[in-house]
Amino acid sequence: MEAPSSLSLSLSINGTRHDIALDDPRVTLLDLLRERLGLTGSKKGCDRGQCGACTVLVNGRRVNSCLSLAVSLDGAEITTIEGLAQGDALHPVQAAFIAHDGFQCGFCTPGQIMSAVGLIREGHAGDDPERVREAMSGNLCRCGAYIGITQAVLDAQAKMASEQQGEAA
Amino acid sequence: MNRFDYVRASTVAEAVAAASAPGAAYLAAGTNLLDLMKGGVTRPTRLVDVTHLPDLDRIERLPEGGFRVGALVRNSDLAYDSGFARAHPSVAEALLSGASAQLRNAATVAGNLMQRTRCPYFYDPASACNKRQPGAGCEAQGGETRLHAVLGWSEHCIATHPSDFCVPLVALDAVVEIAGRDGPRTVPLEAFHRLPDDAPERETVLEPGELIVAVRLPDEAAAFSGHSRYLKIRDRTSYAFAVVSAAASLRLDQGRIAEGRLALGGVALKPWRAREAERVLAGAEPNETTFRQAADAALASAKPSGDNAFKIELARRLIVRTLVRAAAGTPERMPALPASAFEETLHA
Ligand SMILES: Cc1cc2nc3c(=O)[nH]c(=O)nc-3n(C[C@H](O)[C@H](O)[C@H](O)COP(=O)(O)OP(=O)(O)OC[C@H]3O[C@@H](n4cnc5c(N)ncnc54)[C@H](O)[C@@H]3O)c2cc1C
Ligand code: SF4
Ligand code: FES
Ligand code: FES
Repeated sequence: MEAPSSLSLSLSINGTRHDIALDDPRVTLLDLLRERLGLTGSKKGCDRGQCGACTVLVNGRRVNSCLSLAVSLDGAEITTIEGLAQGDALHPVQAAFIAHDGFQCGFCTPGQIMSAVGLIREGHAGDDPERVREAMSGNLCRCGAYIGITQAVLDAQAKMASEQQGEAA
Repeated sequence: MNRFDYVRASTVAEAVAAASAPGAAYLAAGTNLLDLMKGGVTRPTRLVDVTHLPDLDRIERLPEGGFRVGALVRNSDLAYDSGFARAHPSVAEALLSGASAQLRNAATVAGNLMQRTRCPYFYDPASACNKRQPGAGCEAQGGETRLHAVLGWSEHCIATHPSDFCVPLVALDAVVEIAGRDGPRTVPLEAFHRLPDDAPERETVLEPGELIVAVRLPDEAAAFSGHSRYLKIRDRTSYAFAVVSAAASLRLDQGRIAEGRLALGGVALKPWRAREAERVLAGAEPNETTFRQAADAALASAKPSGDNAFKIELARRLIVRTLVRAAAGTPERMPALPASAFEETLHA
């Protein structure tokens, strides 16, 4: 048998560069974050792409980290729920989830919030709740907090847009 | 998940050489392959990562007209490319009706074509499946067959191909560009996936090591842009595979259908081009009588593969509805619920 060769990769995670040596190519991005880097905010619900609890941003785009092979992402920039707040100041999407009761048990929430951040960046939903619901359909919530989630996304998006306008002025 | 060697290819030639070894598989985004490997459904001994290959992530307009879409273009990037979506609105609608926003952000064009069936018995290594293990039998027969075929199936396999994207593509005469050890070749998408016959384990015409490098849409396909729709019946409004889907494209001239294109999803082991229906449409008036005749022609050879006769009538009705919507014209803006068969329920 061949000895497993070590695989090296470099990732920027929440703005910090990590040079990682993997002994096994099977490690998903989700397992890398949770099991090896101690970033347990991203959750493992199904591990099969069906629930969205593991959603993170890869190069600014929301994806399911449970179906991404870590070694394949060499060179990527990753943002997780741990990277959203600036010190004690919550990200507008985090604040909106609290303001609108966008959760109950909280298990799906990191994935919901990362998905919402991705959705707002994509900018296709506008202020249509139907489009927001459709664009958030990859995130399941067993507590059924969907009404609050939709309101939180719409509200955070509106606040972020007016803040941006304020900055531009 | 089994152990495997990881190989990152930096040129197409390198990828083809590395993937020609027995047991090797290409890895794109991994949204289907890793899922199957986690379930022990497939156990490749080598993964050849193609996501770092240069130049395969472009959407180009060809000098002779038409589009060339690189194998690594992500499903969402293609759907939201405004030039592409304007020329091929039913393709964009199909893409946006598939999976979730996260999955579409990752999933590649080639991976979508190559995704495996969602037959639950294929997904369960404890069940007998001719596709997983040739000659083992087919446990789907006599079992749960809601997602199974009503066209083109054989006693060896009754599974369906689950892609949405492929359905309008096959209607619009898309062509697959392939690189292999013996050089490049092209295959019409209609001839790319194989019906099961007696060898359901052979799913496409790809030879070992062959790599999809691009999908092309001919210039003529854009002539349908004003009257093209994709509709999909699924068990929930979003984030579910098609029970039955239909792509319809019409070219209208002086109150008649100059040319009609029709394809079905969720009914066969390949995206199903309904050529008999297209012959009914050609030259006819775009009304419900014509559309019903077309639907009957499309399903004339259909037969249930289990407890799924309802899919035949469902497909007929969906065809009529999709043709009615296509005749009414492509919507100005992508519907809030892409490919929904129901009228839009809510507006902001
Ligand atoms: C929960 C869930 C829901 C989904 N819902 C839908 C849906 O509603 N509609 C739909 O259409 N799809 C759906 N999908 C499937 C999704 O579209 C596919 O998983 C995706 O398109 C695969 O692309 P990928 O890049 O991740 O491919 P991978 O998983 O990396 O690869 C898939 C297959 O393609 C092969 N391959 C990859 N690239 C090449 C190449 N260039 N040449 C030759 N072979 C290649 C691989 O070897 C592998 O066999 C869903 C998936 C999930 C997990
Ligand atoms: S229908 Fe096809 S894929 Fe499903 S169990 Fe039978 S042989 Fe396997
Ligand atoms: S854990 Fe990744 S989608 Fe469920
Ligand atoms: S808050 Fe409990 S699963 Fe969403």
